[in-house]
Amino acid sequence: MLQYIMNLISIWALPAILILILTLGLVKKVPLYEAFTDGAKDGFKVAVNIIPYLVAIIVAISMFRASGIIEYIGTYLSPILNHFNIPTDTIPIMIVRSLSGSAALGIFSDIAHNLGPESYATKLSAIMVGSSETTFYVLAVYFGSVGISKLRYALIVGLLADIIGIVAAIAVCSCFF
Amino acid sequence: MNYIFYFLIVISIIAGAINGRLQDVVNSILTGAELSVKVAFSLIGIMAFWLGIMKIAEKSGLINIIAKLIKPITKKLFNEIPGDSTSIGDIAMNFSANAFGLTNAATPMGIKAMEELQKLNTDKSSASNAMCMLLAMNTAGFQLIPATVIAVLVGIGYKNPTEIIAPTLIVTTIAFISAIALAKIFQRFWAPQKSDNGDNE
Repeated sequence: MLQYIMNLISIWALPAILILILTLGLVKKVPLYEAFTDGAKDGFKVAVNIIPYLVAIIVAISMFRASGIIEYIGTYLSPILNHFNIPTDTIPIMIVRSLSGSAALGIFSDIAHNLGPESYATKLSAIMVGSSETTFYVLAVYFGSVGISKLRYALIVGLLADIIGIVAAIAVCSCFF
Repeated sequence: MNYIFYFLIVISIIAGAINGRLQDVVNSILTGAELSVKVAFSLIGIMAFWLGIMKIAEKSGLINIIAKLIKPITKKLFNEIPGDSTSIGDIAMNFSANAFGLTNAATPMGIKAMEELQKLNTDKSSASNAMCMLLAMNTAGFQLIPATVIAVLVGIGYKNPTEIIAPTLIVTTIAFISAIALAKIFQRFWAPQKSDNGDNE
């Protein structure tokens, strides 16, 4: 039943928004086609605007991942995490989660395929991946689109919230499973 | 950010050299740069579509209606924004799209909100409190149903993948609330810097 409702929501959320916006626009006599093309013009501009910010962040993160430093941090962390009964397979996810969404999802798929559905590591990494957004990417896209280069406390807040999320994931997972 | 940028690149080169992976690190510059442009260009179409739809929503007054509905909440979170700004409506749309997992729609809405906030911003190169709050809401990634994760679990034959929803929702809510609280706390101590000072975190 829950799964049925879930599917219904995920299939209908987007079409419902479209119908609502277009119908209301028609009722209020908005020139739909004109307004749409007028707004859509900015699509290219925004995408081009964010390129410098994306290049800065994605290149730096690619280099970081290629350097093997993540594995190094992992070996350092594993005795500590072992102490708290946290599977060491999930360490790369904790580190990569804020840096690259596709990498985190890739590692999660690996864990899920290799360790299987019954494994605690699969469940914990599912929660960690499902509850987060890629902080660095969001930062580059959102601030890049309006040309903000001085982030003030935005990055620190994002990263602290990510750390809180990891701790919460570990705690909640041990309660549920 | 200056330090983090420096740290990521220099440490990667040093660590790469120690691990004997310097060539990989150098190669990753090219692949990373290529990937950034790919990501940006892949956004053009969907961005144009949703920015177009959002324009209709704005002209029909829908954004304003939504803004009024959630005013009690946003007044507390974004206390610097005047009540009649369309940014509030955009922020609400961005949040709802994120909650329903419509990332493709959420990003253009968030960017539109950022543009509105930038109009109110006094120093155009430095993030305002409201911008940091919007960013905090987005980096925390609040989502009702983790659809991608469930898809992977279904793929490996997980018997009851929906059991992951409740714990994930609890965690994402904790992270989301902490992000908002942290942004509120930091904005008290972290005054906007003068524009002649280039260095900032």
